[in-house]
Amino acid sequence: MINPQLIAPEILLAVSASLLLGFGVSKTTNRAPIVRIIAIAILLIYSVLSYVLGSIDDTAFNGALVGDAFGRYVKFFIGIAAAFGLLLAGNYLEREKLDQYEFSVLTLYAVLGMSIMVSANNLLALYIGVEMQALALYVMAAFNRDSLRASEAGLKYFVLGALSSGLLLYGISLIYGFTGSLNFTEIGAAVKANGLTRGIVTGLVFLLCGLGFKISAAPFHMWTPDVYEGAPTPVTGFFAAAPKFAAMALITRLVMGPFGEITDQWQQVIIVFAVMSMFIGAIGALRQTNIKRLMAYSSIANMGYALVPLAAGTIAGVKGMLIFMTIYIITVIGVFACILQMRIRDGMVERISDLSGLAKTNRGLTIALTVFMLSLMGIPPLLGFFGKLYAFLPAVDANLIWLVVLALVASVIGAFYYLRIIKIMWFDEADLEFIEPVPALRWTSMIAAILLIAIVIIPVVAGTGQAWIGDAAESLTAFAANTP
Amino acid sequence: MFNNLPILSLITFLPLVGAIALMFFARISKGEARTQLDKNAPMVALLVSVAVLILSLLMVWQFDATSAEFDFVEETAWLGGNIKYRMGVDGISVLFVVLTAFLTPLCILASRNSIKKNMVDYMVAFLVLETIMIGVFCALDLILFYLFFEAVLIPMFIIIGVWGGKDRVYASYKFFLYTLLGSVLMLAAVLWIYNLGGTTDIRALHKLEIPAGAQTWLWLAFFASFAVKMPMWPVHTWLPDAHVQAPTAGSVILAGILLKMGGYGFLRFSLPMFPDASVKFTPLIFALSVIAIIYTSLVAYRQKDMKKLIAYSSVAHMGFVTMGIFAINMQGLQGSIFQMISHGLVSGALFFCVGVIYDRMHTRDIEFYGGLVKSMPVYAFFLMLFTMANVGLPGTSGFVGEILTMVGAYKVNPWVAAGAALGMILSAVYALYLYRAVIFGEQTNEKLNDIQDLNRTEFIVLAPLAFFVILLGIYPSLVTDITEVSVENLIQNFNLRIGQGS
Repeated sequence: MINPQLIAPEILLAVSASLLLGFGVSKTTNRAPIVRIIAIAILLIYSVLSYVLGSIDDTAFNGALVGDAFGRYVKFFIGIAAAFGLLLAGNYLEREKLDQYEFSVLTLYAVLGMSIMVSANNLLALYIGVEMQALALYVMAAFNRDSLRASEAGLKYFVLGALSSGLLLYGISLIYGFTGSLNFTEIGAAVKANGLTRGIVTGLVFLLCGLGFKISAAPFHMWTPDVYEGAPTPVTGFFAAAPKFAAMALITRLVMGPFGEITDQWQQVIIVFAVMSMFIGAIGALRQTNIKRLMAYSSIANMGYALVPLAAGTIAGVKGMLIFMTIYIITVIGVFACILQMRIRDGMVERISDLSGLAKTNRGLTIALTVFMLSLMGIPPLLGFFGKLYAFLPAVDANLIWLVVLALVASVIGAFYYLRIIKIMWFDEADLEFIEPVPALRWTSMIAAILLIAIVIIPVVAGTGQAWIGDAAESLTAFAANTP
Repeated sequence: MFNNLPILSLITFLPLVGAIALMFFARISKGEARTQLDKNAPMVALLVSVAVLILSLLMVWQFDATSAEFDFVEETAWLGGNIKYRMGVDGISVLFVVLTAFLTPLCILASRNSIKKNMVDYMVAFLVLETIMIGVFCALDLILFYLFFEAVLIPMFIIIGVWGGKDRVYASYKFFLYTLLGSVLMLAAVLWIYNLGGTTDIRALHKLEIPAGAQTWLWLAFFASFAVKMPMWPVHTWLPDAHVQAPTAGSVILAGILLKMGGYGFLRFSLPMFPDASVKFTPLIFALSVIAIIYTSLVAYRQKDMKKLIAYSSVAHMGFVTMGIFAINMQGLQGSIFQMISHGLVSGALFFCVGVIYDRMHTRDIEFYGGLVKSMPVYAFFLMLFTMANVGLPGTSGFVGEILTMVGAYKVNPWVAAGAALGMILSAVYALYLYRAVIFGEQTNEKLNDIQDLNRTEFIVLAPLAFFVILLGIYPSLVTDITEVSVENLIQNFNLRIGQGS
């Protein structure tokens, strides 16, 4: 008997998304705004639901899904990030005449996919989750179907995503062949009992490569700049936050769970991902002129940093990853909240040089974006610094100090392009006229302001949230303890 | 007196409160009120910084100079684990707090008329900067120290970049990236130390025994950061650019306080935590110091820009500091702390002096000036005094620091002291050249005909600096009495712990 509490969040999403789809399609009038508001409410409920219903650690569907503190933590932030993403998208979609209810429904389905990814305890559940969120995201990338760039982005994302799914499936079949099971617990037991075989390692590498696509870790990052550039800006913002956290959590669960015994095997892969992502992200961003492309490279680099603590292969490392990703998500939503507010006469700001002289025309926005950029750079006393601090500590503990030094050097290179944005906003003369934000954009500025305050204030009280994150990280070891 | 009062936190964060208040009022006021606020912002900032100065003087008055223990210690849970919010001062750091609190009001006063745009923002930046600078010297936790140490970049970047000169963008970039690269290496070292010691409490770290192999790497990482901040030759090249482009008050803070963070870092971390590595690298430091003293003095002599000349002279004077620190004896260390305090006053004053004529003529070209003594006698007097202090004339504060560091170095290696003495002569060459070219000679430039002497504000800024330059010159015990016990303790521990790491 499945405990309904365990899968309540997923059921909520699945049922409400389908109902909203029916509700939206049943009338000819545009129901997009109301659907969006309902979807936002559902996402917020979703993110707290498993906490409200009481925390139960168990598995469901014959061990295909698992409920634990780790999953609850990640789901909480995915829900919040998706809700913010929808909130930010509203105004943009209305203005660009793209406001269709499908957008909100697709977001819900994508979150459902992520939710399954996060709690997957079985390779098939993993695959279903990945595909579910990916299919929704392909459509969202091409949501502005009249735009050539958006369609191209969607198609590119789809083709490369299909390739990564192929890698993933091949890895899954190899692991199934060599361990005789799809269940994480049983795979873990098989690895422990039979030791390492070449087949398992090959399968694991394929799995990691397939998932590397999803977090856009180099060398599987090629799609990111194009898709980020082509997709509508709020979609880009959404891509940069929630799906990254979900895929990151999935990788963590995979390597810490069934393959927790063979850390030295996957550690190398993760380290290669981390180093390449950090440097390709940092160096690739230097010459970008489009702010969305720049954010794409920035997210590649940040995924590299997030992999650094994971490479440690310890519980402290998982905790570091969770802290880093949480902080990254907060910052990235803030950045996109700012980007979405900037409009010039003929549409959205996309080129970085369009930002010149923003300090004179829009003071508040400039300060907000400056703080977010400095936080991404990792300059204390802002939140981003603490993200890096907690991410790098476990790696040092695991004798990976050289990796930390590389990460820090990459972050200095990265500082250059973040600084460039600050410089253009503050020091350059304006050559474009910005349009005053319309009152409807108040939401966006509110979000930016709230996140801004978070970034400045949280470091002061940083100790408080740690028990929560610590519990989440530790629940992954419970897995190892249960292994027969 | 401060039994239950967290006096250090109060001193540190009071300017921040002032900055937030200013920002808040700037946000809510519009139109007429906003112009009024622009006018009043310097007064508000001045009041806040004077309050900080008074508090810090009270703090020094209560400070127990007879014990090497940290005073006014505060400890609160912060980041979890063993990373806590710890504040405290000892004889080495307490005077830097006062120096910061002393220079900031003068800077604010001097900027009142020379800053033309965004007055409120400028004042906010300065108050935030004051918080961070005081925080650096009060932090008793390695992570907290690092936080303040690197946070300095943000307001300084903005100050140079927004209110700076023509090439401000280049200068602010160079400043930011140079120092950032230095300090991230230190961050790696900080994480390693936390891993080794399990705590970031500086007091505990002073007792931590670190293996000699690790000491070498850690020392180098800290060195990368402090050497850039100092700045030591050959990583000093950001300083002249930053100085030339920064507004007057920015230069004063840069030379007066920010450069001292490097020296303070050596004293607080490199010597006590890595004694073996410090001994090992002493020849390197000596070599770099002597090169800095001689080479940058020569470079200073060939400068056409007054600020650049003083900037290079700062690098030379910081060479005395590093030389004194790594002599690791009583005279050397006492001398280097004294030299840092004195240089903070003297170079600050010199930059103010340059600012005075820059505000009038909008050029810092040495050739432009000449014969100012006739039209600006009071100014000539002040510049004379500070130039002499810069040269190290007996009776001024500059002399005490330089002679002590040289005596300290002489005990260890006479050749190093000889090199430094040569540098002292060279410093007279460039400083007197500057003074002669600007103040003496015939006034040939017609534009200088109706230049005005110091106004009241400028006099109020320069007079206290002159007073302290002379006071410390004739009564150096004012500083050395406070630092003595802590320095003694530092040397004792150093000698005890040397060789333990192997």
